[in-house]
Order: sequence, then structure tokens, then C-alpha cells
Amino acid sequence: MALKNKDVLGLRELSIEEIDEILNTAELMKHILTQNNKRTPHLQGKSIVTLFYENSTRTRLSFELASKYMGASAANVSASSSSVAKGETLIDTGRTIESMGADVIVIRHPMSGASHLLAKNVDASVINAGDGMNEHPTQALLDMYTIREKLGRLENVKVTIVGDIMHSRVARSNIWGLQKMGAEITLAGPSTLMPVEIEKMGVKICSNVEEAVEGADVVMGLRIQKERQHEGLIPSIREYADLFGIDKKKIELASPNVIIMHPGPVNRGIEMTSDVIDYTASTINEQVTNGVAIRMALLYLLTRRRVIEHDMY
Amino acid sequence: MICIKGGNIIDGISNEPYRGDILIEKNKVMKIGRSLDINFPNSVVIDAAGLYVLPGLIDMHCHLREPGHEYKEDIASGTRSAAAGGFTSIACMANTNPPIDNGGMVNFIKTRAKENGVVKVYPIATVTKGMKGKTITEIGELYKAGAVALSDDGRPVEDSNVLKLAIQYSKMFNMPIINHCEDLNLVNDGVMNEGYMSTILGLKGINRAAEEIGIARDIIMAKHYGASIHIAHVSTMGGVELIRQAKREGIPITCETAPHYFSATDEWVDGYDANTKVNPPLRTADDVEAIKEGLRDGTIDAIATDHAPHHRDEKNIEYNIAAFGISGLETAFSLGYTNLVEKGILSLSGLVQKMSSTPANILGIEGGKLGEGSAADITIVDLNSEYIIDTRKFYSKGKNNPFHGKKVKGKILYTIVDGSIVYAHSKIYEGSIDGRVDLLDR
Repeated sequence: MALKNKDVLGLRELSIEEIDEILNTAELMKHILTQNNKRTPHLQGKSIVTLFYENSTRTRLSFELASKYMGASAANVSASSSSVAKGETLIDTGRTIESMGADVIVIRHPMSGASHLLAKNVDASVINAGDGMNEHPTQALLDMYTIREKLGRLENVKVTIVGDIMHSRVARSNIWGLQKMGAEITLAGPSTLMPVEIEKMGVKICSNVEEAVEGADVVMGLRIQKERQHEGLIPSIREYADLFGIDKKKIELASPNVIIMHPGPVNRGIEMTSDVIDYTASTINEQVTNGVAIRMALLYLLTRRRVIEHDMY
Repeated sequence: MICIKGGNIIDGISNEPYRGDILIEKNKVMKIGRSLDINFPNSVVIDAAGLYVLPGLIDMHCHLREPGHEYKEDIASGTRSAAAGGFTSIACMANTNPPIDNGGMVNFIKTRAKENGVVKVYPIATVTKGMKGKTITEIGELYKAGAVALSDDGRPVEDSNVLKLAIQYSKMFNMPIINHCEDLNLVNDGVMNEGYMSTILGLKGINRAAEEIGIARDIIMAKHYGASIHIAHVSTMGGVELIRQAKREGIPITCETAPHYFSATDEWVDGYDANTKVNPPLRTADDVEAIKEGLRDGTIDAIATDHAPHHRDEKNIEYNIAAFGISGLETAFSLGYTNLVEKGILSLSGLVQKMSSTPANILGIEGGKLGEGSAADITIVDLNSEYIIDTRKFYSKGKNNPFHGKKVKGKILYTIVDGSIVYAHSKIYEGSIDGRVDLLDR
């Protein structure tokens, strides 16, 4: 089975079958990743470019390593968002990269919908590595992979996501994806950081973390940006940590087999206390490993799709 | 001389259309009536059988972008766009660069319109100097120069004391103030309606409260300072309700909406096409219904295009940084006919009221009715003609219109300004067309 579209822009657009295919492919990729010789020829002769308009260490590195483990040529373009405002448009940049032979462009951008704009204007495959507050599909896929690996299933898994839901593309992608796979989602966070009408997505909302965490199989913390305090969305980081920070006491309310997740990087002592982060139930480091496997799977599936397409003509 | 024969005439005075003829001499309607016995050898005859003959449409809110942003639009292209949309008169907003905030600028617009325009152009001047919201303009001079209304459109007059002074002062000249109602603190960089769609698309929302607080403030201002305020581009259910209540109390306010507020919803933003980005933003289906009800029951007085042309480079970019606005002159009538008349919300003469007679009354300009001696500003439409909107065929430089590719009904066939045919069968004509009857053959 191949992916339906040439791009992976969000979990909203992916079908259950496609998600299954990606997760299953990632399982194979993880075997490669855990071998002594991390080298496969899956992407030989392919060119992968990461185009990052936001700072990122782990996501960019994860894509870069995924490309290299599979034998692709990988290059990175970093553009600060201010140079975008002044200079070349996104479409022009994308076409330039494509003209140099890129098969896949991986884009991270501070504005929602930027990956859609790029995808519409290039023939290369586009992977959204996070666009504004919209989606971060590879993060959600690696989260889903991790949950499935740990708990053996996604159906009926109770997932509680805590934090700044409004600005979180990770939350949106996880809501779309996990719900498609049958999980139940509860959101908790300050009401000023809860987007309007999000309950229409089929999620439960709590303003009280204790209530949200009760009986949860998965507790996922989100990064809180310090700017939110300056914007006045929360009175202080201190109060946030007090009301919404996940500590051992709150975790005790969850299911005994709970797993603790965070997309990273973590603000220790703010969204999660150190004892929770370093607790054995925490999958934060495994998420990172699985992230490489997921990205290997996506790159493989997208480039394979292009080969299939090519052979048809 | 032009004779329009056998059309269904909506004269803007009586409610029912009647079949008849119109004889135009020079720039006036010389005769109008049921089967006139006309047989003038030199007259150009437009066979209007099966067509509807309307008082020329009047747009009381458009942006012609000249001076300052001629790459988006200029008076030449904007008035051609108006003619193609069936508009014979348009009032252009003051937010040019520099803004129309003094008599010289008003004269500049009028002169340019005379030189390069094909329809009548009425300048709207700013309420405050430099559109800065601080001190009122020389309203007397603006009035004498020919400005028909005052507006800082694009920005509300935020300082209520400044608005009060403007209301009081403009009363001397009977000039309406058109206000863009918005609480800018609540807008806070929002780019679309705040709701389920903004949440799932991850775009910053503008709550309806931003608009409704502005409307409520202006209603209170009109009530206490007793002069009319015209509220621009109403888009929300709550806004319509506030205005309905105010009118019930006899507060002197009028308002307009734009075709996109009864023809599209925030679901159109899905896919991030920036042609859907407009301020106020496209709202929800409930708001669309409320706007239609407001038009039906008379709460909303007028339909104005808020024609806001932009260059494609300002739209074919990330949604957040794309410009706000829809290029709407060439789709307004068809959207009104398709979504209001065909749906039974307004009669055709009701639509003509909203798009011609009432705007003329609010601005105090000629037009809006067809009678003997009235200006020969006439629009002839084919209501049976269905077509697909194609922005590439726009006369406007701005192709930014989210209705591209949509099927609509009701096509403008002729636009006659001051007795001259300026638009016929998709073509613009300049100067006299006497003797070129071939142009008029269908």
C-alpha cells in the first residue's frame, strides 16, 4: 500500500489505513535503527532537504539522520522568519530547492498552513515538520507509535494532554490521529490557553489536572513557552507550575500502567517535575528513538510512492 | 439617443417590475413607460426583451487604491471593474496613500476619475487628519470639494471623543460618517473568525465580540449625539441584532453588509487560500443566516462590495501575512441575485434597493431610480444567464476573490453611465458608440 497523497501535511488528512501502514513500516525501520550497522539502501539516490524557518534541534536532526541511515543525500536550509518577511517568498524558496533536485522537502514554519502552501506549489513531496499552531504530524505519529509499542494498542487508550493546547500543533495532530485510531482524549490546561470550540473535535476538557489525569493510560505534557506569560495569557509561570505542572502526586491518580510522554524539550519543574521526567514510566527518550523510525518510514513511503507513480508512465 | 426596448423595468420607485421602454437623450432619461411609440431614426436600439432594466447599481464602499497603491488597482481599472459589475456610481474609500484628508486630494480623485474613469466616482474623505484618529479633518472644505461621506475605513475611530466631535461637526454638512467597527485590542493579530475552524486550522481567531463592541459603541454615540452613523460591513449575528434593536428605538443609524458575508463561511478558509482572508472575517453559517434575515427585514440597509483589490503576491503567501480583502465589484450582483433573490430572501426590486436606491439616499447622490429627467445611469441584466466566475477575466487588477470557479446566476449585460454605454457584452467601451450598433447585437 502506498500513501494517497504526495505529501504528509497532517493527521487530519491521513486515513486509518495510512496511519497503520506508517506505524507498521516504522516497526521495520526501528529494527534497522537498533542494529549495529545502521545503513539501508532504501533512499539511495534520493535527495531530502529540510527547510526550517524555526529553530529546532531534535526534529531536524531526526530527519537528517533518518535520511542518512537510508542512504539519501540530505541537506538543511535554515531561514529565520525575519528573512522571510524581508526577502524571498516561501514559494520561491521551495521552487529553488526543488530545482536542485529535492525529492522530499521537510518544512518547519511558524505559520499555520505554510506546509500546505508549499505543497501546492512544488511537485516534490512535502513533509510538515510543524506549521504554526496547526499540525506536527511526525510528532503525533511517533507518539502513537510509542503508545502502541508500550500498551500494545491504541483503541480505547485514555490519553490526557496537559498544557498550552491553544498554541500546540502537537496536541492538534495527536487529537486527529489518536481519535482516528480509537483512543479517548482528555485535555487540561489554563482556560486562556484552551482554543474555542475544541470540544467539537470530540475531546473532553478539564480545567483541573487531577480530574483529567484520573485513570489515564497516557499522560502527555506539552511545552509551555515563557512568552505566554509576557503575552498575559497566564499570570505567571509559577502559578502554571503549581496548577498544571505534572508531579508524582498527580501521576498516582492515573492508571497503574500509565506512561508519561513529552514532545520535548522539557522545562523541568514547570510542565513536569524532574522525578516524573526521570521516572521509569517516562518514555521521553524512547519517543526520540521512535521519531527517527517514523521519519524513516515516511521518507521511504513517500519516495516509494514516487517510484510507483513514475513507473506508471 | 439610446432606446431600450421591451425590457422588464425596475424603476426603483414602484415595487413591481413592468414591461416597457426607456428613451435616453444625452445624459437623461427622456421618456420611460409601457410601450412607448418610439421610432427615432438615429437612435441605438437595445433589444431588452427578456432582460431586466435597473437603475444603475451604486457601490457605497470600494477601494480604488489610487494614489499610492496603483499596483493593486487604480481609478482606470477600478472603474472598469465597476462597470463590468453593473455599477454606474461608486464611492471610494479614503485610505489611499496619502489618504484623502484634504480638499486637494478630493479634487485629485475627481479629476483622475473624469480623465480615466468610466463610471461616476464619489470620494469619501477621512474623518481624521492622516487617518490617525486624533484630530478631525477640515470637513467643511472636504464637503465643498465634493466628498460625500467621511470614513477612516480600515481603522475604527477609536477615541470616542474624536468620534463625537466628528459627528457634531459633520452634522452641519449633513455628511454621513461611515465607521469600521472593531475593537482592535480584541482583534490582536487575528486572521479569521474565531471558532471551530480557527481552532482546527491553528489560525488566530477574531471573536465576533471585536465587531459587536464597535457596533454597540457607535449605536450609543449615534443615540446620544443624534447624528447618523453608517456602520460598514456588518458580518455577525450579534451585530445585526444590535442594529435591529437600535433601529427599533429610533436611533439614526444605517448599515451595510458585503456579498461575501451572505455567500461564504469560515469553512472556506480550510486549505489556507488567502483569497478567503478579509476583515471582518468570513463567519459561520449561523451568521450568514442572520445577515440574510437582516437584509430581509430591513435591518441591513445596503449591500456594498468593500471591493479591496490586492496584488497576487500579497495573497499567494502564508495566510498569516496575506493582505485582508476581496476584489468584489464584478461578483456582487450575481452573488446577490443567486444567494438572495433566487433563495427568496429579497425580491429583485429589494436587491435593487440595497444596491442602488438606498446607497444613493445615504450618500445623498443622484441615481437609484429611473424616471423622466433622472440621470441615464442604467444597468441591464440577464437573470437567466448562468455562468462560472472566472477571476482571470476580471477588469480589476485584483484577482483576489474566493468565488472563482463558483456557478452563479444573473449576468450584467449593459452598463450605461450618463447616457453612454460603457459596458456591453463583456466589453468596456469608451467614448461615444453612436453608429456602432453592431456592438449591441447579442
